[in-house]
Amino acid sequence: MSTTSLMSYEDALETYDPVMGLEVHVELGTATKMFCGCSTEFGAEPNSQVCPTCLGMPGALPVVNAVAVESAIRIGLALNCNIAEWCRFARKNYFYPDMPKNFQTSQYDEPIAFEGYLDVQVEGKTWRVEIERAHMEEDTGKSLHMGGATGRIHGADYSLLDYNRCGIPLIEIVTKPIEGAGELAPLVAKAYVAELRELIRALGVSEARMELGQMRCDANLSLRPKGREKFGTRSETKNVNSLRSVERAIRFEIQRHATVLTDGGTIVQETRHFHEDDGSTTAGRIKEEAEDYRYFPEPDLVPVAPSREWVEELRATLPELPSLRRARLQAEWGVNDFEMQSMVNAGVLDVILATIDAGAHADAARKWWLGELSRRANERGVEVATLPITAAQVARVAALVESGELNDKLARQVIDGVLAGEGEPDAVVEARGLKVVSDDSALGAAVDEAIAANAGIADKIRGGKVQAVGALVGAVMKTTRGQADAARVRELILERLGVS
Amino acid sequence: MTETIRWTAAETASAIADGKVTAVEVAQAHLDRIEAVDAKVHAFLHVDADGALAAAKAVDDARARGDRLGPLAGVPLALKDVFTTKGVPTTCGSKMLDGWKPPYDATLTRRLKDAGVVILGKTNMDEFAMGSSTENSAYGPTGNPWDPSRVPGGSGGGSAAAIASFQAPLAIGTDTGGSIRQPAALTGTVGVKPTYGGVSRYGLVAFSSSLDQGGPCARTVLDAALLHEAIAGHDPLDSTSIDAPVPNVVEAARSGSVKGLRIGVVKEFAGEGYQAGVLARFAEAVELLRELGAEIVEISCPNFTYAMPAYYLIAPSEASSNLARFDAMRYGLRVGDDGEHSAEEVMSLTREAGFGAEVKRRIMLGTYALSSGYYDAYYGQAQKVRTLITRDFEAAFGQVDVLVSPTTPTTAFPIGERADDPMAMYLADLCTIPSNLAGNAAMSLPCGLADEDGLPVGLQIIAPAMADDRLYRVGAAVEAAYLSRWGAPLLDRAPAL
Ligand SMILES: [Zn+2]
Repeated sequence: MSTTSLMSYEDALETYDPVMGLEVHVELGTATKMFCGCSTEFGAEPNSQVCPTCLGMPGALPVVNAVAVESAIRIGLALNCNIAEWCRFARKNYFYPDMPKNFQTSQYDEPIAFEGYLDVQVEGKTWRVEIERAHMEEDTGKSLHMGGATGRIHGADYSLLDYNRCGIPLIEIVTKPIEGAGELAPLVAKAYVAELRELIRALGVSEARMELGQMRCDANLSLRPKGREKFGTRSETKNVNSLRSVERAIRFEIQRHATVLTDGGTIVQETRHFHEDDGSTTAGRIKEEAEDYRYFPEPDLVPVAPSREWVEELRATLPELPSLRRARLQAEWGVNDFEMQSMVNAGVLDVILATIDAGAHADAARKWWLGELSRRANERGVEVATLPITAAQVARVAALVESGELNDKLARQVIDGVLAGEGEPDAVVEARGLKVVSDDSALGAAVDEAIAANAGIADKIRGGKVQAVGALVGAVMKTTRGQADAARVRELILERLGVS
Repeated sequence: MTETIRWTAAETASAIADGKVTAVEVAQAHLDRIEAVDAKVHAFLHVDADGALAAAKAVDDARARGDRLGPLAGVPLALKDVFTTKGVPTTCGSKMLDGWKPPYDATLTRRLKDAGVVILGKTNMDEFAMGSSTENSAYGPTGNPWDPSRVPGGSGGGSAAAIASFQAPLAIGTDTGGSIRQPAALTGTVGVKPTYGGVSRYGLVAFSSSLDQGGPCARTVLDAALLHEAIAGHDPLDSTSIDAPVPNVVEAARSGSVKGLRIGVVKEFAGEGYQAGVLARFAEAVELLRELGAEIVEISCPNFTYAMPAYYLIAPSEASSNLARFDAMRYGLRVGDDGEHSAEEVMSLTREAGFGAEVKRRIMLGTYALSSGYYDAYYGQAQKVRTLITRDFEAAFGQVDVLVSPTTPTTAFPIGERADDPMAMYLADLCTIPSNLAGNAAMSLPCGLADEDGLPVGLQIIAPAMADDRLYRVGAAVEAAYLSRWGAPLLDRAPAL
């Protein structure tokens, strides 16, 4: 189904209520894997971070990574969940070459955390997304399908297996059905994933970089005719791996489901792939029968029984949660909801705070990160925080503006220089000769020239129309290539014209 | 050197320590014995002569340097082929692992090496430890040294046969439903299943993770205790290993006594299916215990009746998952890798070709028992039975110090007799299975020969979890009493090979 043959989004929502379910996998940033001592370092030589346990060698046994359990509990607590007093791992049995034991050690009916919620902001209103569970499991390896055109297993000549990722700790966070969002559903989904990402980062348990697969989202969607209780059949769109994609995938699926249902068709319960290029989804492999994973408690591991004292200790040491921090900062900075939301969406709160810590005024720090730097990041298609400029460097630029040594225009050129790798702001200023000229003798000639060249405007000003001075200031700025101190230029012009 | 191979492990170790013989000489004597008789017994799947002689030489060198030798330094041992040995083939009696050389040592293997034990080679077993006769080995059956046309029991028939035929004074077995104790009974040797979690399972190729337990096989109670001490103790690589001091089994074996003990006779271990000669020897053993000063109490464990069906749901369920890893992707057999077949087909072809009939039967049983819709009725129910059996034991151990029973309902049966009748074969483990389900400790030691066939009968002693020392205290007393009654060890009556 192409995007063009779909029913419009508005029409779809006239008739149907969307119901969503989101499953987010987070790779924990622990130093070692879930059940063995292998490193979790990203980008190592294939199959260089493996051992008998994560290769599923005969006889090898798992041992639970205590740091991963701690991270899971902290995530659970931050999501307002109950923490199990006693829970077990379970084996999820299915055959796949990138899973060496041919079962995944996961949790089934005894998750470490359950029954929680996460509040998210959508268009100025708070949405409570209820969490069903958060459980621990291990990641699989990676298959690389060689030959063939698509990089998919179908049509490939052969496959290569890399088990470095195999056994990396994952936390899977599953929401309860999200109902009643109506046309806001795609935004709720996106806001939920964004908020969850902030939370995971604030906890320091993962960098949660979606582009690296450290955080992966599966989006379930079903529609039901308005006014009906029963849920419709759902589709599960796998690996939707950016915030924008989450929104688009939900939106597309709403339209696709509505189109099928309105045409009298039926929705098949299936997994679907999301395509970044056109925002569509296509069906994955159709399974003839429902997969039976034959879950049973993992006999090689003892139950996890976190003591209540430990859980309370972890609760007491949770960092300030993103939503609370946002409320506090918004009050401190006195900004409106819209501006606050813009900063959250751009992911710049942390760098703004770091810039303030480095000595910048809050207003200046916000202005640079949300304005100029966000624009540069957009141009480059990267996240703002990953731009090659530090909070300290931005603070220095702000300080130079503050002291009048740079104006905004020159400051932007300094930022250009820093981003281009020309060194610290002061070095860029020096190398490029970017100094505001406020020396009267240097400016005098330019001012005289401007007055002479714009005699008519000068007369108007003399005649009392002071607001016309801007045109003359502009002319001076032009001849000085932006390096003049605009305020001083204005003073000089008015002085010369005897208006001051 | 004929004498050397008949020494106990304790005698061997002190002879080496005292310089009466070198470890290399002892190892060579056993290698010669293997050479001479194993064609008839087929206890070994792989003999590592070079490795054994090198290990023996290391012990001799250590002694020459004046190092203190451990209590088993230089003693040869036959290792069940289910424990990984770095660089030495480990097949689990299966075609699936033909030629596989593990990249790592099991914790048990490592501990044996650290103790200076000389590993002679790897012993035959039912494929992946599934069986009670060693006939399910993909490499052919093992013969019982008492009568090579009969089975030595299983799955650890190779280990039991090796020590019964003096090819090694010590061996290692694993006991999931009786695979150490039942072969011990059928070969007239001593076998101990330690408390679950007492000996590390790291490197033990899993059959049923919640039941498997490695343990010692020997010709005397003291030798078993020495070996038990060498391999037991907490292992951080095995989460289910118990982090507590090992019961003092060697001390218990040296001070055998039953005086003042209350000993329970389990009522349910008798009746139909039990051979008359087995029951007669058992009755005598109970009488002996009474004479030695024990108080005999009849105990009922009503839920033991359900042990067998529960076991045949739990063990295959876990096995179906444990054996899923044999998929031709990383090690072992690979069938159909001709560029024409997909990975999925290669997995399927390999499993079809690599597993024997009994393994397939259990994988199917287990897969079915865990299936959605059947889980509660089968696996779930079996776990409840397991709890009930554990409670029966708890109630029993509230009244008595140890329990006793025949180890097996019958003596060694002819090779081939039960091969086509899985149910008859499964009955061989009737008396041993409850201890695996409950995770407690149990021993089998010889209590004579059955009148009707002249074959060994085993006496089983069962102790509470982490009270393994009681097995040795009682076992040593029984062993000493029989030795004085018989005038010589039972194995001396085995026909020459
Ligand atoms: Zn590993």
